[in-house]
Amino acid sequence: MTVSLIAAQFLSGLTTAMFLFLIASGLSLVFGVMRVLNFAHGSFYMIGAYMTWQVMQWLQPAGASFWLAALAAGATVALLGGVVERLLLRHLYGQEELYQLLFTYALVLILGDAAKYIWGTGQLSVHRPPVLDGGFHLLGTTLPFYNLFIMLVGPAIAIGGGLLLSRSSAGRLLRAAAYDREMLGALGGNVGMLYTGMFVVSSFLAGLAGALITPIVSVVPGMDVQVIVQAFIVVVIGGLGSFWGTFWGAVIYGLTLSFGILAFPEFSLFSVFALMAVVLMVRPWGLFGRPIR
Amino acid sequence: MSIQLSRPPAARPPASRPPAGPPLARPALPAIRRVPWTLLVFLLLLPLPWIGSRYNTFLGTEIVIDALFAVSLNLLLGTTGLVSFGHVAYFGIGAYVCGILMKTYGVSFAIAFPAAGLGAAAFSVVFGYFCVRLTKIYFAMLTLAFSQIIWAVCFKWNAVTGGDQGIADVPFPNMHWMAAIPGAEQLSENGRFYLLTLTLVALSVAAIGQITRSPFGRMLTAIRDNRERAAFIGLNVRAYELAVFVVAGGFAGLSGALYGIFTRGVFPDYVFWPKSAEVMIMTILGGMSFFWGPPVGALVLVWLNQEITNYTQYWPFVLGTMLLVLLFALPGGVLGGIARLAGALQRRVARRDA
Repeated sequence: MTVSLIAAQFLSGLTTAMFLFLIASGLSLVFGVMRVLNFAHGSFYMIGAYMTWQVMQWLQPAGASFWLAALAAGATVALLGGVVERLLLRHLYGQEELYQLLFTYALVLILGDAAKYIWGTGQLSVHRPPVLDGGFHLLGTTLPFYNLFIMLVGPAIAIGGGLLLSRSSAGRLLRAAAYDREMLGALGGNVGMLYTGMFVVSSFLAGLAGALITPIVSVVPGMDVQVIVQAFIVVVIGGLGSFWGTFWGAVIYGLTLSFGILAFPEFSLFSVFALMAVVLMVRPWGLFGRPIR
Repeated sequence: MSIQLSRPPAARPPASRPPAGPPLARPALPAIRRVPWTLLVFLLLLPLPWIGSRYNTFLGTEIVIDALFAVSLNLLLGTTGLVSFGHVAYFGIGAYVCGILMKTYGVSFAIAFPAAGLGAAAFSVVFGYFCVRLTKIYFAMLTLAFSQIIWAVCFKWNAVTGGDQGIADVPFPNMHWMAAIPGAEQLSENGRFYLLTLTLVALSVAAIGQITRSPFGRMLTAIRDNRERAAFIGLNVRAYELAVFVVAGGFAGLSGALYGIFTRGVFPDYVFWPKSAEVMIMTILGGMSFFWGPPVGALVLVWLNQEITNYTQYWPFVLGTMLLVLLFALPGGVLGGIARLAGALQRRVARRDA
C-alpha cells in the first residue's frame, strides 16, 4: 500500500463520514429527545436531494445558485417534518415503540413513491457550485474542493450543535426533555413545542444533507432506504441519542468502510454490519454513550 | 465533552400494552377455542387447485407461505412481545439452505426442507443468544444488524449464494407420488406444490398453535405482559426468550424454503430488511394479539397487492397509507376490528334483552 493510496482512502472515508454525520445527527437527536427511531429520516434526506434538483431547475433562467437551492431544500424538508410531527406523529407518543417504528416506515413507503411519482425513476444530477470546482493535490492524491468543504461542514455543525446543546437555553430544555419529559412539563416547559422544534431541526439537517450530496452522487429512487441503514449503523456505534457519539461513530464508520474496501473488497459491507452488531453486543449504549443502568 | 441525550430506558415506567384487542387466551370464548381451527382452515383451503384457476392457486400458495412466515414472527411479536426487525434473516437462511441443497447438490426436498428449518434454527441459536441480552429498541436494532450481516454475506458470497444474481431455477420437489392420490392425477405441478405447501404449513401452524397453548407458551405471554414480574417469580426470562427465538427462526426457515421453491429462485432481496417490515405489517394488519391474525394479514396483504398492482405501480404508497390507517384507526388489526364490532353488537343485544 502506497502512501497516496492510504491518503486517498483516508480522505474519501472522512468525506463519507461527514456526510453520514450530517444525516445521523438528526436521527440521533430525535431518538435522544423523543425516543422515536425515525426510519423516515432517510426519506427526508432523499426529498432534500430531489428538492435541490427541482429548485435548481426553477432557478435555471435566473442563474441557478446551488447554495440557495440547498437552503430551500432544507427548509422544505423542515416544513414537511413539522407538518408530519404536528399532524400525525404526536398522537403516537404514548404508544409502544413498535407503532412508532411502523409509522415512520409507513412514511418511508409513502414518501418513496411520492418522489417516484413527482420526479420519475431516472437519475438526476446537480452540478457542483462553480466556486468549489477543482481540487488540490495532497500526498499524491487529488482532493476535490467540494469534499474539503464537506469535511469542514461536518465538524462545524458538530461544534455548533454541541455548543447549542450545552450552552443555549433551548439546548438545556432539550436535555431536560430527554431526561424527564413529565418533569419538564410539570415545571412549565412546553414539551409539545420542543418536540416539534426538535423534529423540524432534525428534518432540516436531513434535507440539508440530501442537498449537499447531490453534486457527488446522482439522485435516484432508493437512496432513502440505502442511507437509513447506514445512518442507523453510525448512530448505534456512537450511541443512540449521543450527539458527539454520532460524530465519532460516523468517523469510525467512514474509515472502516473505506479501508475495509481496500483490505477485503468482498466483505466491506459485511464489516460495517458486523461492527454494528459487535457494538450492540458489547456496549448496547454505544462506544461514546453512557451505560444503561 | 460528551452530551448525553438518551435516558436509560430501564428508568422509564414499563410501557403499557396498547388496546390491541383481547389477549391471546381469553377464557370468555371457550367454544371458539375448542374448534380445531387449523384442521378446519386446512380442509377449507384444500380444494383450491380443483375449483380455483391457475392464478388463484398461485396466489394461494404465496398466501399460505407468507402466513407461516407471519405466524412464526408473531411467536415473538404477539406472544412474547419481542420486536424483531430481523426476522427475515431466518426466512432467507431457510430459502438459501433449501435452494442450495436442491439446486447445487441435487438433494431431495424431503431432506432439504427440514435442513432449511434446522439451519435457520441453528443461526437463531447463535444470534438469539446475543439478542435476548438486550431489550426493546436495542433488541430490534441487533436483530436488524444480524439480518443485514446475513444479507451482506448472501449478496457478496458469489461462490455459494450466487451473489446478487442469487440462485435461479431451484427445482420443484419430486411430486410424482401424488399421482397415487385419487383426484390428484390431473393436477399440474403448481397445483401439486400448492397441496404440498398447504399440508406442510398446516402442520407447522398446528405445531406453533400447540406451542402457544402449552405451559411454555403461557410463560411467554407472562414475559410479554410484564418482563420484570416474570423474572421475579423465578422465570429464566432470557432462556425462554432464546427458546422462542429459535422456534420462531426455525419455522421462518421452513417458510423461506417453500418460498424459494415457489418463486423458483432465491435472491438476496429475500433477506433485505424491508421484507422484515413487510411481514411485520402483515402481522399487525391481521392483528398480532390473535393467533389467526397473521394469516388473515397475509391473505389481505397478498390479495390487495395483486389487485392494486393491476391498477397502479404505486403499491408501496397504498401500503403506507394502509399502514397509517391501521395505526391510527384500527390498532388491533382486522381481527381486532371484528372483535370490537362483535363486542359492540353483543352489548347492544344484551341491552335490548335487559
